[in-house]
Amino acid sequence: MSFLQHDVPLSWYLLLSAVLFSLGVVGFLIKRNLITVFMSIELMLNAVNLSFVTFAYQWHEVRGQIFVFFVMMVAAAEAAVGLAIIIAVFRARSTLAVDRIDLMKL
Amino acid sequence: MNESAYLWLIPLFPFLGFLLNGILGSRLPRRLVSAIGVLAPLASLALVLSDFGATVISAASNCHGCGQVTALALPAAESLSYPWLAIGALRVDFTFVLDQLSAVMLLVIMGVGFLIHVYSVGYMKDEPGYARYFSFLNLFLFFMSVLVLAGNFLLMFVGWEGVGLASYLLIGFWFQKNSAADAGKKAFIVNRIGDFGFLIGIFLVLSTFGTLSFADIAVKLALAPGWQGMVLTVICICLLVGAAGKSAQLPLYIWLPDAMEGPTPVSALIHAATMVTAGVYMIARTHLLFDRAPVALWTVAIVGAATALFAATIALVQNDIKRVLAYSTISQLGYMFLACGVAAYSAAIFHLVMHAFFKALLFLAAGSVIHAMGGEQDLRKMGGLRTKLPVTFWTMTAAVFAIAGFPPFAGFFSKDAILYAAFLDGTGGKLLWFVSLVTALLTSFYMFRLWYLTFMGEPRSETSHHHATPLSMLVPLVILAVLSVCGGWIGLDRFSAYLAPAAAAHRPMPEGNPGLEFILSIAAVLVALEGWLIADKYYRRKTERPAQLAAALPTGYKILSNKYYVDEIYGAVIVKPLLAFSQYVLGWVVDTAILGGLAWLLAGVASLTGMILQRWQSGNLRSYAAWLAAGAAAVLLFLLLTGSPHAWSLPFFHSETIFKVSHITVIQTGQAGH
Repeated sequence: MSFLQHDVPLSWYLLLSAVLFSLGVVGFLIKRNLITVFMSIELMLNAVNLSFVTFAYQWHEVRGQIFVFFVMMVAAAEAAVGLAIIIAVFRARSTLAVDRIDLMKL
Repeated sequence: MNESAYLWLIPLFPFLGFLLNGILGSRLPRRLVSAIGVLAPLASLALVLSDFGATVISAASNCHGCGQVTALALPAAESLSYPWLAIGALRVDFTFVLDQLSAVMLLVIMGVGFLIHVYSVGYMKDEPGYARYFSFLNLFLFFMSVLVLAGNFLLMFVGWEGVGLASYLLIGFWFQKNSAADAGKKAFIVNRIGDFGFLIGIFLVLSTFGTLSFADIAVKLALAPGWQGMVLTVICICLLVGAAGKSAQLPLYIWLPDAMEGPTPVSALIHAATMVTAGVYMIARTHLLFDRAPVALWTVAIVGAATALFAATIALVQNDIKRVLAYSTISQLGYMFLACGVAAYSAAIFHLVMHAFFKALLFLAAGSVIHAMGGEQDLRKMGGLRTKLPVTFWTMTAAVFAIAGFPPFAGFFSKDAILYAAFLDGTGGKLLWFVSLVTALLTSFYMFRLWYLTFMGEPRSETSHHHATPLSMLVPLVILAVLSVCGGWIGLDRFSAYLAPAAAAHRPMPEGNPGLEFILSIAAVLVALEGWLIADKYYRRKTERPAQLAAALPTGYKILSNKYYVDEIYGAVIVKPLLAFSQYVLGWVVDTAILGGLAWLLAGVASLTGMILQRWQSGNLRSYAAWLAAGAAAVLLFLLLTGSPHAWSLPFFHSETIFKVSHITVIQTGQAGH
C-alpha cells in the first residue's frame, strides 16, 4: 500500500494526468471523426479522475474519490446520450465528419 | 361631520353596471342589459333620496340658525374618507362629501339620468352596440357622481376627466361615421384645453394653501378674513378656464354643437342636463375662492352674459333641430355663469336644476321627433307633427314655455332669479341684466320658431315611415314635462335656504326689494311674450317673411348661419399653424431627422457589431472547442500570473483548512509509517 508513496512520486501521477488530458484536448481539436472526438472527451475525463485519485490518496481525503464516482457517472450518462446522438447524426447525414456537421441541427 | 359608510355605494352602482354591461353585455340578452343599465342609476337615486330626505329634515330643524351660517362653510352632511396619497407634506384623502350642494346635484344627475336611461331603452332598441351604449352611460354616471361627491380638487379632477372620457366615447358612439369620430375628438381636445387651466388652478391652490381639500381651504380662508390677493384672482381665472371648457362657454364652446353627433339621449343626458353643468357646479363648489376675487367673479359674469347672447343669436337661424337645442344649451349655461358671476350661486344651481328638467325634456322630445321622422333632423322638412305625435307635442310645449320663461313654468322662476340678481349687482349689473333680457327675447323667439316649424303648419316632406313611439320613451317625457311645469314651484327662497350652508356667498350681497323683483319679472315675461309673437308672425302667419328677411340682410344671415365663422377662425389661427408646426418642425425635423436619425444610428451600430460577431457562430464544432480551450487556457494563465493561494480559493474548498488538515494527516501518516 505504502509503496506507491515511496516508489512513485506524486508528480509522476500528475504528469501522466496532464499528458493524458493534453492528448484529449489535442485529439478533440484535430480529429475529424465524431467518435474519436467523443473518445477524446472520455480521455480528458479520465485524466482528471486520475489526478483526483492521486490527490485523494496523497492527502487522505475521501472527497476526491467521491468526485471520481461522480465523474464516472456523468461519463456513463454522457456516453449513452452521446452515442445515441452520434447514431442519429449518422443516420441523417451518412457522415461523422465534424467539419460537415455545422448546421446546429439535423 | 357624520361619517357615512355607504356613501361610496352611490358611485359604485353605476360602476358595477358599467363593468357588467361592458364585459358581459354582448353575451347577455337585451332585457338583462337594459335592466342592469336602468337599475344602476335607480339604486343610486334611492340612496341619494334617502339621504336627501334626512338632510332636508335636519335643515328644516336647524333653519332658525340659517341666517348666521359661520364663515367656515361646507358643513358636510355626510363624508367618507380614506387616505389616498401621501407625498411629502402633501396629503390627499379619498374623500366623498355629501352636503346640500352635492345632494341636489346628485338628485339631478341620478334622477334625470335614470329617466334618460329608461328613454334609451326604447330609443336605442335596434342598435347593434346596445350593451356598449348602456355601459358607457353608466360609466358617465359613475364619473359624474365622483365629480360631484369629491371632497377635494384632485378627486374632483378624476371625475372631471372621467366625464370627459365618457363624453368622448358617447359622442363617438357611431364611430363608423367620420363626423361622429371627429366630433368626439374635438370635444375631448377642446375639453383638454379647459382642463389645462383647471390643472394650473389646482397647482396654484396647492402651492398657495398647501392642501387640496375644500374643507381645509374653507378653514384657511376663514382664518384670513381680509385676504384678497392677486393669487386668488389668478387661481379663479384658471378655474374659470376649466369651467368654460366643460360648460361650453366662450371661447371654448365650439365642441358642444358638434357633440350632437352622438345619440340623442346622450345629448340630453351629457350635453344638456348634467356634464356641461359641471363647470357651474365647480364654481359653486369653490365659491369661497371666487368670493374673495371680485375681478375673477366679474369675468365669470361677463363670460356668461356674452356667451348667453352670442349662442342665442346663432340659434336664431340654425335649421338642425338638435343644433338649435345645442346653442340654446350654451346660452342657458351662460345664464348660470352669469348668476355665479354676481355671486348668486343658489340662483345658478336653481337654474341648473330647472334647465336639466326642461332641456332634457327638449332633447328627448326632439329625439322622439327624429325617431318618428326616421332620422331626419332638418327643421325645414318637418311640420304638422302636432297631430301625429300628440304626447311629444304637449310635453315639448311645456318645455318650450319653460325655457322661454313663462310663468308658472320652471324656467320662469329660475331665469327671473338670475335676472334679478344681475340687476342688483351695481351699475355693471344693469348692463348684464339688459344683455340677459335681450337673450331672453331671442331665446323665446328661437324656441317658438322651433316649435312652429316642427309641430305646426303642414308637413313639408313625405315621411313614409312613422315609427310609433314606445311607452319607455313616452313615460320619461311625461315625468320630465311635469317637472318642467311644477319644478319651479319650490321657489328660490326655499331652495337657497336649503342650499345656504353650502352655497351662500360670503361677501356682502346687495339688498333687494320685492317691488323691484316684481317689475323685473313683468319685464321678462313681456319680453318672452314678444319673442313668441315675433315667432308667431314669422312662422305661422307670414311664412314667407323669414326668407325675405334673410335676403334683405344677406351678410348678417350668412354670419349667423355660419356661426360667426368661429370654427373657421380657430381653424385658421390655431389649428392650421399648429398642424404646420407639427408636420414640419415636429414631424420632419424632430421626428424624422433627430429621433429617426438616432434610431438609425443605433440600429447601424448594432447590425455592424452583429456582422462582426456572427463569424463566431460558425456552427463548426472544432472552432467552438478551440475557443473553449483558448478560454480555459487564458483563465489558467491569469490565475498562474496573479497566483496567490487566495485567488484559488473557493467557498467549498477552503484552501487553508485543507492545507492544515492535510498537513496534520501527512504528519500522522508519516509517524504511522515509521
